[in-house]
Amino acid sequence: MNQNTDGRRPLLKAMGLTKYFGDRVGCRNITFDLWPGEVLGIVGESGSGKTTLLNLLSGQLVETKGTVKYSLAGKDLVDLNQLPAPQKRYLMRTEWGLVRQNPKEGLRMQVSAGANVGERLMALGIRHYGTIRSEVVKWFERVEIDVARIDDLPETFSGGMLQRLQIARNLVTQPRLVLMDEPTGGLDVSIQASLLDLLRRLVSELNLSLIIVTHDLAVARLLAHRLLVMRQGEVVESGLTDQVLDDPHHPYTQLLVSSVLHS
Amino acid sequence: MDIKLRVEEIQKAFVLHLQGGMVLPVLSGVNLIVHAGECVALSGPSGIGKSTLLRILYANYKPDRGNVWVEHRGEWVNLLQAKPYRILEIRRSTIGYVSQFLRVIPRVPAIEIVMEPLRNLGYPPQECRLQAEAMLRRLNIPERLWTISPTLFSGGEQQRINISRSFICPFSILLLDEPTAALDDQNRKIVIELIQEAKTRGAAVVGVFHDREVKEAVSTRTFDIPKEKIS
Amino acid sequence: MKRSMQILNNVEGPNKSRLFEYNFAYLDEGTKRMIRRVILKAIATPGHQVPFGSREMPLPLGWGTGGIQITASLIGPEDVLKVIDQGSDDTTNAISIKKFFKKVTGVRITERTSMATLIQTRHRIPETPLREGQIIIYQVPIPEPLRFLEPRETETRKMHALADYGLMYIKLYEDISIHGRIATAFMYPVLVHYRYIASPSPIPRFDNPKMDHMPALQLFGAGREKRIYAIPPYTSVKSLDFEDYPFEVETWDQKCALCGSKESYLDEVIIDDQGGRLFICSDTDYCQQRRWAGQKEGLPNQISVTTRAGEKGDQVL
Repeated sequence: MNQNTDGRRPLLKAMGLTKYFGDRVGCRNITFDLWPGEVLGIVGESGSGKTTLLNLLSGQLVETKGTVKYSLAGKDLVDLNQLPAPQKRYLMRTEWGLVRQNPKEGLRMQVSAGANVGERLMALGIRHYGTIRSEVVKWFERVEIDVARIDDLPETFSGGMLQRLQIARNLVTQPRLVLMDEPTGGLDVSIQASLLDLLRRLVSELNLSLIIVTHDLAVARLLAHRLLVMRQGEVVESGLTDQVLDDPHHPYTQLLVSSVLHS
Repeated sequence: MDIKLRVEEIQKAFVLHLQGGMVLPVLSGVNLIVHAGECVALSGPSGIGKSTLLRILYANYKPDRGNVWVEHRGEWVNLLQAKPYRILEIRRSTIGYVSQFLRVIPRVPAIEIVMEPLRNLGYPPQECRLQAEAMLRRLNIPERLWTISPTLFSGGEQQRINISRSFICPFSILLLDEPTAALDDQNRKIVIELIQEAKTRGAAVVGVFHDREVKEAVSTRTFDIPKEKIS
Repeated sequence: MKRSMQILNNVEGPNKSRLFEYNFAYLDEGTKRMIRRVILKAIATPGHQVPFGSREMPLPLGWGTGGIQITASLIGPEDVLKVIDQGSDDTTNAISIKKFFKKVTGVRITERTSMATLIQTRHRIPETPLREGQIIIYQVPIPEPLRFLEPRETETRKMHALADYGLMYIKLYEDISIHGRIATAFMYPVLVHYRYIASPSPIPRFDNPKMDHMPALQLFGAGREKRIYAIPPYTSVKSLDFEDYPFEVETWDQKCALCGSKESYLDEVIIDDQGGRLFICSDTDYCQQRRWAGQKEGLPNQISVTTRAGEKGDQVL
C-alpha cells in the first residue's frame, strides 16, 4: 500500500526559523511547508512570536538561524536569503503580497486609491495609462469597492474599505502567496464578516496561498486549512484546522479553544 | 467485493489538561473493514465512542495510535499519516461526512452551500446549480429558502442542507452521524433512499443511527465498539 | 600659483594686493581636482547623482553655488563664459555671477551662445543648438526627482539603485486622472541612458527635447544638496510619459514681438498698468541674433531695445 508522495512541490519551506532579539526569543525553530492553494493560519496570543514569524517571512527581519525557501516562478526551491536584493524586491512586488494589520501602513495615503492599486503595474513597466486604469477598475470590482472612488484619496475611506484597497493593491499582480497580519483586526464585526467572505472567495477563485496571522480563532476556522499554534515563540501544535480546534491535544491549545466565547 | 475502508488498532484517549490532566480513554484497539455497498452501523451505549470513531475516520479527531486506510484515486492512503493537503483532497472527493450539527458559514445562501462540494471538484457552476436544486427539491427545501443563509433555518432544515451537501457528490465513503435526528417521517424516508442509492453505486457507509427504523432499513451489519479494555 | 600671478596682471581691481589671496577661479586646486573627479564619475554613470564636498562660496545657498563650483573647477584662461538666468544674460543673478568670474579668472565673457565654451544656466537651455566641445552647466536646487513624492533619502537611494521607479509613474498617472494630461510644466523628469531617472533642473518642459543626444556635455550642480550629475554628449534622454499620453511641449499662438520667432520659448511681459502684455523670447541672445539678422535683411525693428553690445557680442562689465 503506497504512501502519499507525488510530484507536487511545496510553495514555501520554512526550516528551523529562529529569531533572537538579544537574549529574548522572538521565535524558535519554526518549521513548516506551505502548498499551493493552501491557507495556513498562525494563531497565538500576544507575545507568541507569530508577528515575528510573519516579519521574518516577509523579509522585514533577518533571521538569527534557519532558512526560508520559496518555489520561484513555480520552479525549484530557492533560499530567499541567497536572492540578490533587486530580485527579492521584485518577488515581493509580484509573486508575493503583504497585507498589514493597519492598512494605512500598507498604502500610500497621499495618492489616489486608483494609483495605489495601479502602482505595482507601473513598477513592473506597464506604460499604458488605459490598460492600468482598466486593471484597477477590475480589481476594485473584485474587492467590491465602488469604482466611482477610484480617484479619491484613501484618507476618505473607512477602515474596512482601506483593508479592501490594501488587498487589491497586493492582488493586482496575481501573487501566489499573500501574507496577512490580522487582516480583520480593529474592524467592526459586520465589516469583518464581509471581509472574511471576500477573502474566502478570492482564495478559491485565484488559487491563492495565504499565511494568516491571527489571534481570532473564528477567523482561523473560517479561512485556514491548517493551523500552527504558537506560544512563547514556539509551535506547540499543528494540523488541520478543524482537527486542532475540535480535538486540541496541547494544554495551551485546549486553553485557547476553551477561552473562545460562543455567540 | 472491494474493500473501501480499513481501520487498524485505533486507540484514543482524551487528556483534559484544563482539568488537571484527567485522562478519558475512549477507544482501544478498534479494527474494522468496510466493503463497497456495505452500511456498517456503529453500536454501543452512549459515550462509548461512536461519534469519536466517525470523526477519526474523517481526520477530524486524531487518535493516539492506529491506521485508517482509504482508497483514494486508485491508491491506498493512510489518512492519519497523510499530508494536510492530501486529507483535504480526500475530503473533497472520496469521503463525505454528515455531522450532527451543521457548522454554517454565515451569509452564504443555502444553494451555494449545497453547490460547494461539486464546485470544489471543478464542475461548471451551471451544472452544480442544477444538481443542487434537484437535491434541495428532493429534500423538500422550498425554493424561497434557497437564497437565504441556513443560519435562519430550523434544526430540521439545517440538517437537510447538511445531508444535501454530503450526498450531492458520489463519495465512495460516507460517514453519517445521526443523519435523521431532527427529521420528520417523510424526510427520514428520503434520507433512507439516499443511503440506499449510495450503497447501490458501491459506496461504503459507516453510520451512527439511533433511529431504529433507519438503522434497520439501511444497515447491512452492526459493529459493536469494543468496551475500553481496562489494563 | 604661476598662473594666478599672470592673471592678476590683467585683472582690474581697486586694491591689487587684496586679490593675491584668491587662487585662479576662487577654489583651491585640491577642491577643483575633487570636483573634477566627481564629474568624471558622474559622466561614467549618466543621470546618477554623485555626492560631493560642496564648498562655501561667496553667495548664499540656493543661488547657484553648485553650478558655480562646477564652472570654477573647469574654467581655464582660454575659456569663454556665458551665464544666463531664465534665458536672459542681463538679470541681476547672471550679471553677479559673471562679475565674480571676471574677478577671479579674467576670462572672456560673452552673450553669444555660439561663442561660449562654458555656459552656466539657471532655468533654461539656450535656443541656439549647442556644439561638440561646449559644456552647459545647470544650476539645480533639488537634484532628486522623486523628492516631492518620497521625502526619505534612504528610500529614494534604494529606488535609484534598484531602478524601482513606480512612484514616479504614479505622479504621472495622478496628473492624467486629475487633469486629463501630464500637467508638469517644468522640471519634467527624464530617463537618462535608459537607466536613471533624473531631474533636468527647473527648465520648462519645452527645453527637454534639447537634452536628447545633445552634442555638448551637460553637467548639473546642486551646491546646497551636495550632488553632481552629468549627461555625456549624444546620450539618450527621454521625458517620461505613457504610451497613450505621450510627452508634449508647450506651444504659443503668439510669436515674439521683437524678432518674430514662432519656435522659441516666449515670456509674457506686462508693459503697462492697463494689463497690456507682450510675448518676447526668453532667450535674449537668440532674440538679438535674429533681430540683427533681420536688420541685415532690412526688416524693421518692431520695438527699439537698447543693448550694451560690444564688438562680436562681447559683454562689457
